[in-house]
Amino acid sequence: MSMNRRDFVKATGAVAAVGALGAPTIALGQGKKVVVVGGGTGGATAAKYIKMADDSIDVTIIEPNKDYYTCYMSNEVISGVRQLDDIKHGYDGLKARGIKVVHEAATAIDPEAKVVKTASGEFPYDRCIVSPGISILYDKIEGYSKDAAQKMPHAWKAGEQTKLLRSQLEAMDDGGLVIIAAPQNPFRCPPGPYERASQIALYLKEAKPKSKVMILDSKQKFSKQGLFTQGWERLYGFGTDNSMIEWQPGPDAGVNRVDPETMTVYTNFDEYKAAVVNVIPPQAAGQIALDAGLADDSGWCPVDMKTFESTQHAGIHVIGDAAIATAMPKSGYSANSQGKVAAAAVVALLNGEEPGVPSYVNTCYSIIGKDYGISVAAVYRLSEDGTTIAGVEGAGGLTPSDAPDFALAREVEYAYSWYDNIVHDIFA
Amino acid sequence: MAKATMITALVSGALALGLSAGAMADDDMPTGKMLVDTCAGCHGTNGNSVGPASPTIAAMDPYVFVDMMVAFAEEDTYSTIMGRIARGYTEEEYELMGEYLHSQQFQPAEQEFDQALVDKGAELHDKYCERCHIEGGKPVPDEEDYYILAGQWTPYVEYAMSDFREDRRILPKKMGRKLERMLEAEGEESLAALYAFYAAYTDFESFGAGDDDDDE
Repeated sequence: MSMNRRDFVKATGAVAAVGALGAPTIALGQGKKVVVVGGGTGGATAAKYIKMADDSIDVTIIEPNKDYYTCYMSNEVISGVRQLDDIKHGYDGLKARGIKVVHEAATAIDPEAKVVKTASGEFPYDRCIVSPGISILYDKIEGYSKDAAQKMPHAWKAGEQTKLLRSQLEAMDDGGLVIIAAPQNPFRCPPGPYERASQIALYLKEAKPKSKVMILDSKQKFSKQGLFTQGWERLYGFGTDNSMIEWQPGPDAGVNRVDPETMTVYTNFDEYKAAVVNVIPPQAAGQIALDAGLADDSGWCPVDMKTFESTQHAGIHVIGDAAIATAMPKSGYSANSQGKVAAAAVVALLNGEEPGVPSYVNTCYSIIGKDYGISVAAVYRLSEDGTTIAGVEGAGGLTPSDAPDFALAREVEYAYSWYDNIVHDIFA
Repeated sequence: MAKATMITALVSGALALGLSAGAMADDDMPTGKMLVDTCAGCHGTNGNSVGPASPTIAAMDPYVFVDMMVAFAEEDTYSTIMGRIARGYTEEEYELMGEYLHSQQFQPAEQEFDQALVDKGAELHDKYCERCHIEGGKPVPDEEDYYILAGQWTPYVEYAMSDFREDRRILPKKMGRKLERMLEAEGEESLAALYAFYAAYTDFESFGAGDDDDDE
């Protein structure tokens, strides 16, 4: 047995040596330019992984914000478990790697001239990566708008909106009703509205026990539903008269009109007045992707599943929430994973090589309460015909419904460690 | 250690087989790097974790890595989530991941520990653990069958130990005997001392265990 093993190690060494000889990438990538539009989870990951793979490639991120607030863990800011600064990340780590960061908004992308434009200039590229996140479709809900979001925050892009929703909860009287209007699929972070309801209930249970959260949903079912409702039953009296969380299923419960003046929301048949209203509207790919013609009629961006190169415009890769990645959900982990696949493809293509076989993962934790975490995970492969990203059968899936208490507590610790690792993987 | 378990015997065979097959099948398999990149979200870039509950997997013994992935996938080792993910890869892919991780530089966890317990922990390690966890449990990439304990995250090590003790993970016979003997002689608090020693032992160049083996 030990002979086998020695042979294995020896052979491994030999493979590594061949790899080193056959890797002229450093020289070949010389002078190539990549422009990354959007410095969020997907874009920052792609930029970093391109630079790590081939230092000679010139990488520029175009990102208007000086700091990035992660959407993941922002529900803990809303409940007060975390502070806003705990989910804030800057670009010094990426700059130290030699990545240029331009804090401006991209105003246009010209796929023919291969140039990204901002107010101050033009940035030519050999390959462009667009990771624009989402745009909020305010006009899909009558009475809702960017201004209305100052009264009824969406808090679906983290930062000021997160802070606003938190401060409204803090200012609310005990006994106040909190409404979360949840959108139709697809949208960023499918379990997000339900984790948010959980986190708000966690805060209310402690600080305002006569209050409750009502989810008015456009959907009839939702992500991790069985696990959420089980957790709500255990922690928040779900299903009883005193439940701190109520869920109204769609389509009838979907909010289609709001009046911020009177703090009223309207569904097909009912109207509700609430102390705090969190409207999560329908979404589409980030504005620059829409403007650049990267989206199809669905509002999201079709891509080649192996390289994330747009099927609308050659030379531009679209990753993260904006991309249509078949089975992969619109999550932070997906964006991080896609950023690496796109980075490897871009480095290969710039060096005149065929992109390798991709591998993708999503892992997503939701924290329902103290010592109570749940998760869903999947490992994905490119289908034989290259048209879909499909979950590996027999793998992945949810936290078992009979998971013991110690396991639910560990999942919270894993969620926190996941956060530490993923933001480090993206920004450091 | 763990040389005698059935799983390792099977996997060892698989490793030998996988190599010849792997050399031909490169085109339809992701590279080790591509595969390990998918781990980084939870285990850190190139397997060096900065989150206390997630173990660092960089510089692991590839043989031990494959063994552990098989055990997770088959639920011989309990996990909340790792088994679900491990079942998404083939054994050939475990091998590629193992090779890549083995080639990475181990970065010890920066964490707090109880300084007062470190000396006691070192003594306990020498007495009960060193026979298998050689050189203080530090990474020894040129050796075989090593399990990294030095510089590993304490919360993870505590989880693993509680899984061993609660029958959620196969406890190798020899380790079981040593553990029992230690707990009988030194009490429950001996574990805290061991954890303190492993957390403290991060300067692998200067702290005792060098390449010389004159302390045998």
